[in-house]
Amino acid sequence: MHLKSAYEIRDKYLRKDMLPTIFCPGCGIGSALQYTLRAIDDLNLDPDSMVWVSGIGCSSRVPGFVNFDGLHTTHGRALAFATGIKLANPDLKVIAFMGDGDAAAIGGNHLIHAIRRNLDVTVILINNFTYGMTGGQVAPTTPKGLRGTTAPYGQFENPFDIAGLAVSAGANYVARWSVFNYLQGINSIKKALQKEGFTLVEFLSPCPISFGRRNRMKTAPELLRWYQKITVPLAKARKMKPEELEGKVVIGEFVDRDRPGLVREYEAYKRRAKKAMGWEE
Amino acid sequence: MRYPFPVGKSDFIQGDEAIARAAILAGCRFYAGYPITPASEIFEAMALYMPLVDGVSIQMEDEIGSIAAVIGASWTGAKAMTATSGPGFSLMQENLGYAVMTETPLVLVDVQRGGPSTGQPTLASQGDIMQAIWGTHGDHSLIVLSPSTVQEAFDFTIRAFNLAEKYRTPVVLLADAEIAHMRERVYIPEPSEIEIVNRRLPAGEEDARLPFGDPYGDGVPPMPIFGKGYRTYVTGLTHDERGRPRTVEAEVHERLIRRIIGKLERNRKAIFSYDEFMLEDADVAIVSTGIVSRSVLRAVKVLRERGVKAGMLKLNTIWPFDFEMIEELAERVERIYVPEMNLGQLYHLVREGANGKAGVEPIPKIGGEVHTPMEIVERVVG
Repeated sequence: MHLKSAYEIRDKYLRKDMLPTIFCPGCGIGSALQYTLRAIDDLNLDPDSMVWVSGIGCSSRVPGFVNFDGLHTTHGRALAFATGIKLANPDLKVIAFMGDGDAAAIGGNHLIHAIRRNLDVTVILINNFTYGMTGGQVAPTTPKGLRGTTAPYGQFENPFDIAGLAVSAGANYVARWSVFNYLQGINSIKKALQKEGFTLVEFLSPCPISFGRRNRMKTAPELLRWYQKITVPLAKARKMKPEELEGKVVIGEFVDRDRPGLVREYEAYKRRAKKAMGWEE
Repeated sequence: MRYPFPVGKSDFIQGDEAIARAAILAGCRFYAGYPITPASEIFEAMALYMPLVDGVSIQMEDEIGSIAAVIGASWTGAKAMTATSGPGFSLMQENLGYAVMTETPLVLVDVQRGGPSTGQPTLASQGDIMQAIWGTHGDHSLIVLSPSTVQEAFDFTIRAFNLAEKYRTPVVLLADAEIAHMRERVYIPEPSEIEIVNRRLPAGEEDARLPFGDPYGDGVPPMPIFGKGYRTYVTGLTHDERGRPRTVEAEVHERLIRRIIGKLERNRKAIFSYDEFMLEDADVAIVSTGIVSRSVLRAVKVLRERGVKAGMLKLNTIWPFDFEMIEELAERVERIYVPEMNLGQLYHLVREGANGKAGVEPIPKIGGEVHTPMEIVERVVG
């Protein structure tokens, strides 16, 4: 892959009047955004027929920074709004840019049902293990024992495996990387954007200010080293025992299949209805 | 265009069915909902008709998702609707506020049931009047209509879509369970007999640059729908005329919110609709809305027979409320009675409007039954 300069990508896709972004030093959202824009650029997708949808939180500010039609909605509801956009105008390509709290806590029900329906949307999920914008409270993804302002003695709940959940609920494509796996990340987004149905690319993304600082990892490099310690590539994980995988996060491409998407299913449903009424053969 | 129900003739149908048919004739092509008594029949009718008219009907995972999907659909240019009842309406309030803030046209039908909480699912109530007007947070305004017959349920649904499109705002059709489930003769017009209003779209690039501005001076900006190359950013945060978030400047917030409220307030007289009966020479006015108006009509006739100069004011619009009109009424009559199926929600609006010029008395009733005409008569002659 020929990599264009970041400046080129920035000038082509970002709204200059919205810069600088709200993101803190060391934040990984910018990287995930860059990968998404590079994927769009590489695939030569038409920006006029794309809509970016988001909920609430740091990553949900992304549609404001990119020069596309964008809907910055309420907390957790991005995929429900996306359902209306995609079904009302199937010609639009919908990208949902979401955080882990947004997608898996308050929006958990919308997430699993959008996946169950196989809604034609590409979700870029920023998982930083915390609620960054509200100041470092624990998330449903916070690893056990790590701290947040609402679990100052260490998280006592089990974390969600969002990618695993997406596979079980029926997504067509699911991959997880850390934002430091840039080539794999871009390739996964490219694959996701070209597929029908529900596709999700999850990124482990550093949040040194709200998350790292409270967990003895004050800088992005420290979080990077931690990711290297906790992440296990899928091929390797398959050979590991469950107790060895305790506390680890598996990365890789989890599923790639071609079940019919919601748009195609609804088109068939409309034909069925007209046939039942004797309107069409 | 082929319709899955007869047009240009009368039919004997339920209020819920009338609302669904009217929505389709008004151009609604997107419906998202979640089943709830006594509004489910609207959804069931939409599920039957929508695929046949190349529209979408989808059962979402909850009411929050339903209104969210409706807002998303509206931004692609579709006329979109959802329907629910009290508890579901409560769940929709946050996104209803989002629709107000982003000036998204949509129709939300709330078929009221007894509350609070799960309350009386199968019985009628008018307990959501305040929720319809003030349920979402922050300073805001939207339009609330209330039908009293199945024919009105049909007619007001078409009006609801037209008002939503004209003013770029959510419209709540506040129906009673009695109307929703009652069967009456309804005239379903030919499409050519119906006046349809469509939202103002941007004339070009320049026009689309200020999707939250006031380029025409009427407070209603053109709506640059998605997929047309305008690259519009829509946010529920306080935003400037271009749609850019500007959350800490008082003047930006004030300009936006005052315009959103102002675009309805300055058209209050045009939006506020009512019917009068024997009110010209009345000493006693009975103000009501929805199903209760039908008991009031009978009560007024009985009162006249008994020598009491009573008249009826039936409110078809509940918000924006014409307080001045009520004050003028209060100057003409001695007393105003407000029978309603709650403990006094419309009463608050009427009393504020009357401004002390006449005594205002509530006639509340809860539990699920409509006032009988004699209950109203007895309170008035009491």
